[in-house]
Order: sequence, then structure tokens, then C-alpha cells
Amino acid sequence: MRFTRLPLAAALCAAVLALPAAAQSIYPLNRAEILAGSRFDLKVEFPGLVDASTAKLSINGKDAASVVGKSADFIYREDGKDVTSLILRDVALSKAGKYTVEASDGTNTKKVVWNVYATPAKAAAKNVILFIGDGFSVAHRTAARILSKGIEDGKLNGKLAMDELPAMALLSTQGTDSIITDSANAAHAYTTGHKSCVNALGVYCSRAAGSLDHPRVETLGELAKRQGYAVGAVTNSEIEDATPAAMIAHTRRRSDFNDIVKMFYDSKIDVIMGGGSPNFLPQSTPGSKRKDDVDYIGQFKSAGYAFATTKTEMAAAADNDKTTRLLGLYNTGNIDGALDLKFLKKGSVSKFPDQPDVVEEMKAAIKILSRNKKGFVLMVESARIDKYSHSMDAERAIYDTIMFDKAVAEAKNWSKANGNNTLILVTADHSHGVSVVGTVNDDAPGNDMRNKIGTYEDAGFPNYPAPNAEGYPEKVDVSKRLRLVFANTPDYYETFRPYMDGENVPAIKNADGVMVANEKYKDVPGAVFRTGNLPNTGPRGANQGVHTGDDVVLTAGGPGSEKVHGQMENTDLFRVVADALALGKPAAAKAKK
Amino acid sequence: MPFAPRTGGARRRFLLALPGMLALLASPLARAAELLTFDGLYKSNTVLGLKFADRTLALKGESVRLRGYMAPPLKPESKFFVLTREPVAICPFCSSDAEWPVDIVVIYASKTVIPSNFSERLEVEGRLEVGSYTDPVTGFVSQLRLRDAVFHKIKDQ
Repeated sequence: MRFTRLPLAAALCAAVLALPAAAQSIYPLNRAEILAGSRFDLKVEFPGLVDASTAKLSINGKDAASVVGKSADFIYREDGKDVTSLILRDVALSKAGKYTVEASDGTNTKKVVWNVYATPAKAAAKNVILFIGDGFSVAHRTAARILSKGIEDGKLNGKLAMDELPAMALLSTQGTDSIITDSANAAHAYTTGHKSCVNALGVYCSRAAGSLDHPRVETLGELAKRQGYAVGAVTNSEIEDATPAAMIAHTRRRSDFNDIVKMFYDSKIDVIMGGGSPNFLPQSTPGSKRKDDVDYIGQFKSAGYAFATTKTEMAAAADNDKTTRLLGLYNTGNIDGALDLKFLKKGSVSKFPDQPDVVEEMKAAIKILSRNKKGFVLMVESARIDKYSHSMDAERAIYDTIMFDKAVAEAKNWSKANGNNTLILVTADHSHGVSVVGTVNDDAPGNDMRNKIGTYEDAGFPNYPAPNAEGYPEKVDVSKRLRLVFANTPDYYETFRPYMDGENVPAIKNADGVMVANEKYKDVPGAVFRTGNLPNTGPRGANQGVHTGDDVVLTAGGPGSEKVHGQMENTDLFRVVADALALGKPAAAKAKK
Repeated sequence: MPFAPRTGGARRRFLLALPGMLALLASPLARAAELLTFDGLYKSNTVLGLKFADRTLALKGESVRLRGYMAPPLKPESKFFVLTREPVAICPFCSSDAEWPVDIVVIYASKTVIPSNFSERLEVEGRLEVGSYTDPVTGFVSQLRLRDAVFHKIKDQ
């Protein structure tokens, strides 16, 4: 034991000593998996100032410039600081294999190894539909199944559409900076095959000061577009939000909404639908959130996009055989979720009475994108599963999960009727701390709501009405309700019931900057105060539930889905898509360089 | 003695008249500071933008009152804050004005603002300014502002 321990300890010591000796950073990072022919920026950051004559960058022992066909920009003082960087923008490696990249400042050398992979020469799938339930966790799925299918004699009366897809895997979601991701670097992993850090889209997180200056990697939207596919992104969040933006965006800061609108425009992806119109309006228009006078709606129209602001306009545009591009903006903020849109009419439904749901958006998108002969890539996001889990609004999150599955069902039907050559992937970007713990029964004895919670055999079954034709129970405030709880919370008042008057706001910031329970719910009959277990001060003080680091489930069907199995990295999903569409063909890649 | 009741009567009439006179004095002030509502500020609120109500445009430069909630200030020690229709639940990733509601009103208070409670409804009174304006310090773009504003908590709301 001693003999084995000593060298280990020595090695650990050496590693600890070696780490702070400020090695240079190389992007893409060590162990990056890079699609052959995909474009990326290669950046080297030296810890101090380095003369141009001593800085060396090699790939597989050869001068990097000769390998990638262009020379590096040498930045002696990056952002005015005493640090030197090298950057090679927009390079590609067409040949598959291991690449050893070495950067030297004349004294110290840092080495990273990349794996560049080619795809099969021939595409297995014509189309890909990537479904992302934002924050969609196992408990949401279980709850949606119970509410939309019902149970008899201990068995569910049916499965969700996603349950019946043949392939399944667990995906780990951690990023380059943390075991917990946000929707930016989580979606980025799917759309680029690279890992990144919280808040980042289409870039590695370097030390660059400007959010748009970080080393970029090509996105699925850009790659597919460049290879002749029609591309779409539809969501019920603001379209600039992280998940749909991951199809095309390159920024270290996901809140760069105005830049992201420009990136959507520059990408010319074919179908773009969601909320978030204010960032498309010139600043002179009241209600705009732009800081310039560019009228992006006008720009999109000039570029040949049909434009829709309501479900009716969307349907008319999609039904027109000539429509091949559509910009649809249906709300100034997020599109309302299923529970408000279809039943309660709260949120912004009175202001925007003709919003499409995610299912309708997806059907219109498929109609338009399938007019492209080569095929299409479509991202469909049910964004508010996450937003309602942040706000600890269980019922709204569950109804949006039912909506999500309804979209999967429609996509499966469409694929079956149209050649069965569409790869369908259904997953989440990250998890929430949710769990189904039983039921709440108003008719249980006593007034104390806590003692109306049924566990084990007392939970029994909830008494929601049978689902309607769309799969939703039409009454959510039944007397015996599913109890879905949140594990990681701020201080809040637990009300044990659905929020019939509008989305829950569990906590707010007080004048001292501390996140405190929202007093609005204090007097709801039966409400009790719950002390939170998340930080309540500082920049990450939580006024709502937050993401967790649990694995997420990926289910898949159609050509290429056989590669989905076991436990995978989230970045592996990108490779499944790239392989299915042959986005890194060996022959095509050779021709490129 | 015969005079006494008359005097008393006059005095009583004077006392009775006092609240009425105060009301008369106060009413022109109340008219100057018309109470506006968030809903009433706009004629329409659509995907293509907001259209100001005729009354909003007519009151440009006038003193008006508006009720809403103070959003947590973007910077401390400032006269600037954002008034919203409902208390805002700030998302953990909003480092910019990207996710603010579109119908916010920016308040430039007459004194440095000391925040008290963001879940308390406030009444703000100030001079109405209409049109796009970028705050030079925060870069925050607004369409409506109340200048030289004073505010107080509303008790029964």
C-alpha cells in the first residue's frame, strides 16, 4: 500500500505545483471532438507578454499556419493588458485523426490533443428534428404521463409519444466551468459538439473582454445551412433566448439579445418563431429594446421572409406553397404556456389572444422547411417547462410537458407519412430538482395542508378529469392533486395548490438585496412559510428554483438513432446529428481544403 | 348676550367652511397631477410596438401620478429606478435590460433613492416625459419617464 501511495502522492504534488505555473490556454480545449470540415477559431492565451519571435504554435509538429492555411493574428497586449494571444479565426481541419496542438512562449510549452472525426459519406436521415424540453426532468415526464394518460389497475392507460421512441440514453450535462449548466452552454453542446461555460453560446470562454470576441465554433444551424439544408428554430420563449439562439449565435453572454437578433438575420436560417419582438424593433419605436435604429422586421421582409404576428397569420403563411422563409413573433415576451393559453387565460393571453402553441408552431415550420428538397434541421423547444420550474409552478410545467409530447407525437406522424427518414431526438438541456412525491387531498381530515399529503398507499391516484382530445385534463384545481415538489428553493410560502391567478413568484429581492419569500401568498388558506436551502444573497442569490446537475434523458427514433444508448456526454448528441446528416463527409471535407 | 349666538354662529360657519376651502385649494393641485394607470398609458400594445394613448401624449411635460412597484435598482446611490406594473421577479441571468417588461416607466427622483421594499406598491408623482431616451449612466432605454419625481408607499394596496 505504501509503495503505491507514495508515487501517487508525489504525482499529485507535482500536478498541484505545476498547475499554478500559469500555463498557456489553448482553445478548443484538450480532448475536444471536432467535426471534420467544421469551422472554428484557434486561440492561444499566454499568461504574460511574449515576443512574436519566440511564440510558436504547431499542429502535429508542423507550423500551425501551414496546416490550416492561414497565419495567426498576433495580439501583443490583448485588451490593453500585459498578456499576449494568438488567434486563428475561421479555420477547419478536413482530415480525421488525432491532432496534437502545441503552443510555446520559448520556455514553457502547453499541449492539447483534439480528435477530428469524419462522418459517414452518405446521410442516413433526410431530416432531423431536435426537441428540447428546457429543464425537462424525469419527474415532469412521469407527471405528464399520469395527467395525460391516466392509470387503471396499476397500469398507465397509454404511453407518451416520446416513450415509444426506440432508443434511449442518459446524458451528462456539465460544462467547462461547472457541474451545473445553464440553457446556453447546455444547448451549445448539442449544436456544436463542444463544451463551454455558463452563459456562453457558440464560443469557448476565453479571457477576452468583449462578449463577442471569444473563440467561436460553428453551430448546427450554420453547418446545415452551408450544406444546403433548410433550418428552423421554434420556441415559446423569446426567440433570442439561449436554446433557440444556440442554433446560430456566438457570444459569451446570452443576454446580448440585440446582437443575437443580428446573428439570426445573418444566419438566414429559414424559419424563426417565438416571442421577443422588442429586440427586432428600431429604438425609435415605443416598446423597442434595441439601442440602434435598425428595423429587423423590415430587414427580414426584404430578405424574402414572410412575417407573422398571430397564429392566423402563421397558418396562412405556411399554407402558401411559395413560403420558404418565415419569421414569426407572437409576443413581446415569452409566449404563454399551455395552461394559460388553453384553459386559465392568465399571463398575457388577454393582450395576445391569438398566439400559437409549440405544436402549432412546429407543424407550420415543418410545412415550410419540407419544401426544401435536400431536407431540413429543426429545433423545437418547449421553453417554459424550465421557466415554470424556476418559478416553482408545478402545474404549468406539467401542462407544458404535455404540450411538448404532443409536438413529438405530431412529428412522428409526419415522419411516418413522409418517408420515415427523419431522425427525431427528444431531450432536455439540463434538469431541475423536481420529484413526484404523492398527492394532496383537500378532503383529508383536518386543516393542516401538510397532513393532507398522501404518501405510499395514501397517495392513491389523483382525480383529474380524463384528458381532452389534445391530452390535457381540462381542470387542474381538482380536490386530489399530484404533488410535484422542488428540492432546491429560496424562502417561499408553500400553498399546496395550483396558481390559478397567474404564474407563481416564489421570492423577491428585498431592499437589502436579500431574496425573501413573496408575501403575496402568505394569506392563501393553508399556506406555510418554508425556509429555503439556496443562497439568498450575493450575485447568485436565488429568488426561484435553479438548475440541477442530474443526467437528462435522451430518447430517439428514426435513422441514426441507433447511436443513442447507454450514458453519453451531451456533446455526443451533436455527433449523432452530424453522422445522420453526413455533415462531415470525408470526400466533401477533402474537396474543401 | 344677544350677540353671543351670532358670534358663535359666525365662528361655527367659518369652521365648517374651512374643509371646503381646503378642498377648493387642493383641487387644482389634484387636477395638475392626474392619476394615470399602466393600462391607460398606451392605446395599443402589440408585437410591433406600443402606441401611446392620446391622453399620455396630451400630458407630456405635465405633472402626473402613477402607481406601480420599484424594481431593484440597477445601480446603488442613484436617483434612477424602474417602475413596473407588477413586482419583477428578476431572472438569475438578466444582466441587462433584455428581459424587462416592455411597459416599464423610468423614474428620475428628485433625491437619491433609498429602496425600502420591492413588494410595496408605490405612488409616484413627477413630470411626464415621452419618447425614446437612453440613460447616460446605465444605458437603459426608456419610452416614458417621470422627472423630478417624489413617491410614497400606498397604504391599502
